[in-house]
Amino acid sequence: MVVEQKGTEDVVAVLGANSAAAVEMTALTLMSGDPSYAGPLAGVALGIPSFHILEPEIVGQIDAAIYERELALSALAMDVDEVVAPMKSIREG
Amino acid sequence: MDLKGKRVLVIGERDGVNAPAIEACVKSAGAEVLYAETLCFV
Repeated sequence: MVVEQKGTEDVVAVLGANSAAAVEMTALTLMSGDPSYAGPLAGVALGIPSFHILEPEIVGQIDAAIYERELALSALAMDVDEVVAPMKSIREG
Repeated sequence: MDLKGKRVLVIGERDGVNAPAIEACVKSAGAEVLYAETLCFV
């Protein structure tokens, strides 16, 4: 596991999923352990905060030309407000 | 949250934003990428 080698200091996850359910499952797993208790991270609270790549506070830090090339189309195709809705409450516990 | 100086786990998705795209974006913001993977649920 990456965090076993590198630790969790200054580590964040950036997600790209296009549904609120997928984003929520991944973010909960990285913060407090696998909520389905189905995988190797069941009961393992890594405490890693997750952000979605299309959250405004992340988008604002991306180089504009790279945003246009890599994300602009996805941002149009995705219901961004709905997908990123679970992120903040999961980060804040 | 300031991405600059952060160490990032990139978890992309094929039907959303894939990992190489996220990687390019977070690197442009000054983050280091520790791990990058594109998931596919099809």
